[in-house]
Amino acid sequence: MSRSYLPHWMHWLGSPPNFYRFAGALRPWLIAAALVCAAIGLYGGLVLAPPDFRQGDAYRIIFIHVPSAWMSLFIYACMAVTGLVALVWRVKLAEVIAMECAPIGAAFTLITLATGSLWGRPMWGTWWTWGARLTSELVLFFLYLGVIGLYNAFEDRRRGARAASLLALVGIVNLPIVHYSVVWWNTLHQGSTVDWLHLSQSSIAPSMLWPLLVMTLATHLYFFASILGRARTGLLSLEGGKQWVRSLVTETSR
Amino acid sequence: MVTAVQPIANSTPVAPTTDQRSSGTLRACAALLRRDFTLAWRRRGELFLPLLYAVIVAALFPFALGPDPELLGRIAGGVLLVIVVLAMLPALESMFRSDLEDGTLEQWLLAPQPLALLALTRVIAHWLTTVLPLIIVMPLLGALLNLPVKVLPVLMLTLLLATPLLVLLGAVLSALAAGARRSGILVALMLLPLAVPVVIFAAGAIAAAQSGMPYVAPLTWLAAALVLAIVLAPLACAAALRIAVEA
Amino acid sequence: MTTPFAPSAPLLSAHRLAYSRDDEPVFGPLDFSLRPGETVLVEGDNGSGKTTLLRVLAGMLPPGEGEIRFDGRPASRDSRNGRVLWLGHRLGMNESLSARENLDFLAGLYGQRDGASTASVMERVGIEAWLDEPLRTLSAGQKKRVGLARLLLLPGDIWLLDEPYANLDRHGIDLVNALIAAHCNTGGAALVTSHGAVRFADPNARHIHLDA
Repeated sequence: MSRSYLPHWMHWLGSPPNFYRFAGALRPWLIAAALVCAAIGLYGGLVLAPPDFRQGDAYRIIFIHVPSAWMSLFIYACMAVTGLVALVWRVKLAEVIAMECAPIGAAFTLITLATGSLWGRPMWGTWWTWGARLTSELVLFFLYLGVIGLYNAFEDRRRGARAASLLALVGIVNLPIVHYSVVWWNTLHQGSTVDWLHLSQSSIAPSMLWPLLVMTLATHLYFFASILGRARTGLLSLEGGKQWVRSLVTETSR
Repeated sequence: MVTAVQPIANSTPVAPTTDQRSSGTLRACAALLRRDFTLAWRRRGELFLPLLYAVIVAALFPFALGPDPELLGRIAGGVLLVIVVLAMLPALESMFRSDLEDGTLEQWLLAPQPLALLALTRVIAHWLTTVLPLIIVMPLLGALLNLPVKVLPVLMLTLLLATPLLVLLGAVLSALAAGARRSGILVALMLLPLAVPVVIFAAGAIAAAQSGMPYVAPLTWLAAALVLAIVLAPLACAAALRIAVEA
Repeated sequence: MTTPFAPSAPLLSAHRLAYSRDDEPVFGPLDFSLRPGETVLVEGDNGSGKTTLLRVLAGMLPPGEGEIRFDGRPASRDSRNGRVLWLGHRLGMNESLSARENLDFLAGLYGQRDGASTASVMERVGIEAWLDEPLRTLSAGQKKRVGLARLLLLPGDIWLLDEPYANLDRHGIDLVNALIAAHCNTGGAALVTSHGAVRFADPNARHIHLDA
């Protein structure tokens, strides 16, 4: 009914069997591309790029840290957009994708926090500071945990997916407010914190920039591969017992 | 036969005029307030639990940090703020649960009233019955922790702005969790990210008052956020309630 | 039973209405209408989708396919709310409050029928003695009667009754039948589910049969 507002290809892809086949065909290519990009990016970042004149080799963690931080926000945006589609049009695939985004996003957020902490130790002699970006990242991590927790607290998974999608949308209104308030809070208590990511904002040498961009591409490719795979299994468990899943099983067991 | 029942519909009922509807809406909100107050009065013993909790936690701080009045006075404002937030949590979790379980929410959904307005009324009733008492005992808790007298009015004003905001946010989360099998710590987990800005600005106002600096700006931000939340949170809450009833 | 009202636009009608849960059809597609003065009995075994049908009609579940109309207009919150009275498995009342408090609250939400009062409707369902007792002290059958009292108190011409006979003794069943008949005589309509164990009073009532 209301689905007819969607473009034709979206409608086609929204059908679980079509998506299952499409994702299955695309996923190996994405994984391969992600691995190649990661290899190039890491080689460029860890071997080719020169050491930083202040930080020596320790700065090289940005090739993991910065792309992860970008991914943590990008995945949240993906989750919110698919969550909105799930709420408005009740598309099952959108529900699955939104919910499968959450663990991947939480993992990237955790990597960001962990690498930030590892980086801070040799640089500033502390594992944790309440800098604006790190604090926002921590709040983002809790938002992800809330979405995951709410989704899993429901017996009916589709209802859980819609409730958690609504929470994700509330969170996206909240995120800029959190960031603004944490920045304000930081200026209030000035001097007590150092922001690790100031480095990435200032000018960066081209020899350091290109590996960073390639790594960013690699993490995006990995995310797409991962979400396709997770959505495939998510659909299988939701649609278990459907005709197309049955015929899939009989095909592969033959 | 039923004599009391008059003919109801002549097949095309006249739609109620806006005037009738708004007066009906006011009456509905009043009825909901009266019902929630009656219920709260029936269970008035439970209303003391958050107060008791707040007093216990406030009394523990001097034992943990030492009775140095200067140290206590310096941290009292922030500590009291956190105590209030924590004391509010358990009641937030069950804001809609019993109404979902006994089917009252189904009646809300079918009533000729805007669901968001009913949700807002519930927020007001909840705040008046479970949170306002906490703010009223602030002078007592402040005395326990040696809160400077000049900070006390600012603390209470801050709480008057911050706690309704937290209840509004909590209502959305409580409605989201109401349909879940178990919620336990879930509402607290979901509230944390949303509460961070509120706590930051509230603490900012208290800290500014404590150091004799202007504290109006953070309070204005809180007030602005409160106005925004009064408009938006009931809508989100209504959407969450619809998901909860959709069993 | 002949209705005292001339045939007109049905109060409630369903057009190719179907609902599926996880793409498994629960019921439908169904076509039916409910005119003033009519009672429709929805029959079917456990799990045949009777409750789901009523929840879809009440707007608590979105219709999967097809359309619901009220007075010939597509269903919306405006065209539905206030017209539909819902009596489901859950009473919709708080057990810590008395019948009077519960009914007064609901009258605040929905408005009150002309001439009906909390006391008079409780008398009609035969439990006026329990008006001020907390609901939790009442038996299951008595609680059901409080639910029936709600139908008499609130305005709303379309009754959606999910298993109204459950928990009721023979007199209670007769009471439900009498209330439905009176409601229909005054231009209302009712959609009633039953798993078939109860003999419905009105032999001319239309039936919708749902298969599991």
